[in-house]
Amino acid sequence: MIDNHLPILQILLPLVAAPLCLLLRHRVVVTALAIAVTWVTFAVSVALMATVLQQGPISYELGGWPPPWGIEYRVDILSAFVLVLVSGIGAVVATWSPASISVELPRYERHYLFYCAYLLCLTGLLGITITGDMFNVFVFLEISALSSYVLISMGQDRRALTAAYSYLIMGTLGATFILIGIGLLYIMTGTLNMADLALRLQDVADTRTVIVAFAFLIVGVSLKMALFPLHLWLPNAYAYAPSAVTAFLAATATKVAVYLLLRFFFTVFGYDFSFDRMQLWIVLMPLALIGILTASLVAVFQNNIKRMLAYSSVAQIGYMVLGISFASVSGLTGGVVHLFNHGLMKCTLFLAMGCIVYRCGSVHIDEMRGLGRRMPWTMAAFVAGGLSLIGVPMTVGFISKWFLVKAALEQGLWPVAGVILFSSLLAVVYIWRVIEVAYFEEPLAVDGQGPVREAPLSMLIPMWVLVAAIFYFGVTTELTAGIAQQAAASLLGVVP
Amino acid sequence: MRDQAVPRVVAKLLIPYILLYAFYVQWHGDYGPGGGFQAGVIFAAAIILYALIFDLRTAQQAIRPRVVGLLVPLGLLLYIGVGIATMLKGGVFLEYGVLEHDPVHGQHLGILLIELGVGTTVAGVMITIFYGFAEAVSDR
Repeated sequence: MIDNHLPILQILLPLVAAPLCLLLRHRVVVTALAIAVTWVTFAVSVALMATVLQQGPISYELGGWPPPWGIEYRVDILSAFVLVLVSGIGAVVATWSPASISVELPRYERHYLFYCAYLLCLTGLLGITITGDMFNVFVFLEISALSSYVLISMGQDRRALTAAYSYLIMGTLGATFILIGIGLLYIMTGTLNMADLALRLQDVADTRTVIVAFAFLIVGVSLKMALFPLHLWLPNAYAYAPSAVTAFLAATATKVAVYLLLRFFFTVFGYDFSFDRMQLWIVLMPLALIGILTASLVAVFQNNIKRMLAYSSVAQIGYMVLGISFASVSGLTGGVVHLFNHGLMKCTLFLAMGCIVYRCGSVHIDEMRGLGRRMPWTMAAFVAGGLSLIGVPMTVGFISKWFLVKAALEQGLWPVAGVILFSSLLAVVYIWRVIEVAYFEEPLAVDGQGPVREAPLSMLIPMWVLVAAIFYFGVTTELTAGIAQQAAASLLGVVP
Repeated sequence: MRDQAVPRVVAKLLIPYILLYAFYVQWHGDYGPGGGFQAGVIFAAAIILYALIFDLRTAQQAIRPRVVGLLVPLGLLLYIGVGIATMLKGGVFLEYGVLEHDPVHGQHLGILLIELGVGTTVAGVMITIFYGFAEAVSDR
């Protein structure tokens, strides 16, 4: 019986746990509840993935109303892949978080509020991924966005408030654009179900209303995923949010927006409309390339390392969009697999930053002198994540760049391949700055408190689980790249 | 505004009827216009009017912030609880028909409970927002 309900359980578990956090309030109980629920949610997503791989897409009718009328939850291979990433990161970060937030949220005695917002954000992100209904996408988008504004504003630094506010403005703009796009499509077709919409759009694809809806959706989704030049909200939001929040959002929120891009432009509008008639790649490819180069360059000059990694995230979004803009199987595979891989490595890097904040209180590059000796395991995890960001073989970063370069060469776009390789060199520069300071400089003079110690095991173990995943998926690619390839093939409607 | 006779008397006269009207909108939602959201807002409006005419502290003694804080998660849990009940009775999430032997009765019961959950949460959120801002102003 439980098998049939897996799609709804995916959403229901964190959604039930969030109000329970408000009722229970006791710190230890709430923390234990959050960790347990996120891991069960992860297990559900793995079970969904296994079912989808065996039997094909799953459909769940909410309230027993059949699809074009009722809300349908639809899990296909792409959404199952993103669900596994989001819920997995959600579980790892929740396990890592208790020590971190006890230091970073001292003003918030009431940690249950943090976990309530965290679980709601997880609910929203999973909901966007699982639903097959356009309006439901918007509802879950708002759930995840509102809770992430709350989470970001909990940062220690007072600048977290302005960062959360500018994210609120930009995020609301993005969501409104998406809503307008959905509304226009609804006017033209009278349906909100994605599969039904895809069928009915074919008759009205020539109308100006549909083209305007298309444009609104592009801008809305680009704002949400921080595609250059709409990325301005992201660096501050990531830099000043609590470390656990940064690690969670960096690995999931923008990735879910990339998923939406794929869903809207391949499933709903279809390849023929988006790429043949509308030539979407003319917009996406230059923006992706400029984003990759400028954001990587800006990252080189950042002294706040969280901010540096945030700019690097903007560049990495560029890689995903670049892969999508090729609109070929290997390009899409590169984009989708990078979505997963970048989630893993950026989460590792931000968790390492969180460990440093826990012990040193700051992530300014001057504070990191000699940390390689003081916090060997934390810095080793940082190096692992950094190598992957650069794209060194044996790490996940190599896999995604391999597919991207391959896709570029397939279409004879040598300059694009050159940009990918050049920006990897830029990644070497900004990661090396940290490594040089941490490993080749003397530790800071100790001012009375004893030397900085290694982070506690409760933080190290979840972080090293991700490091292990970085190397595991860097060597064995059947799972990640294999699934991404199937997802890409199904998006393009070709047989793999 | 406690010292102004007209607003005080009018508010005292009206508040019970506003609350009653909130419940009318709540329970009549599945037959006519209305439902949980509107009812929650009307209910909260009555409490807010009370706090404006008398003062915040008096209102908070009648409707304690702690209780209001509990209403928010309880309403949501009631909503989700109905969904879980339908799943346990063999239907899918929020398939009200399975709640009773007669599917039509089940639909009525389901929508009534769901709207009650919505109303509870909306009233709780509205009052919480008002208390939050009013406390911030009166502390100044």
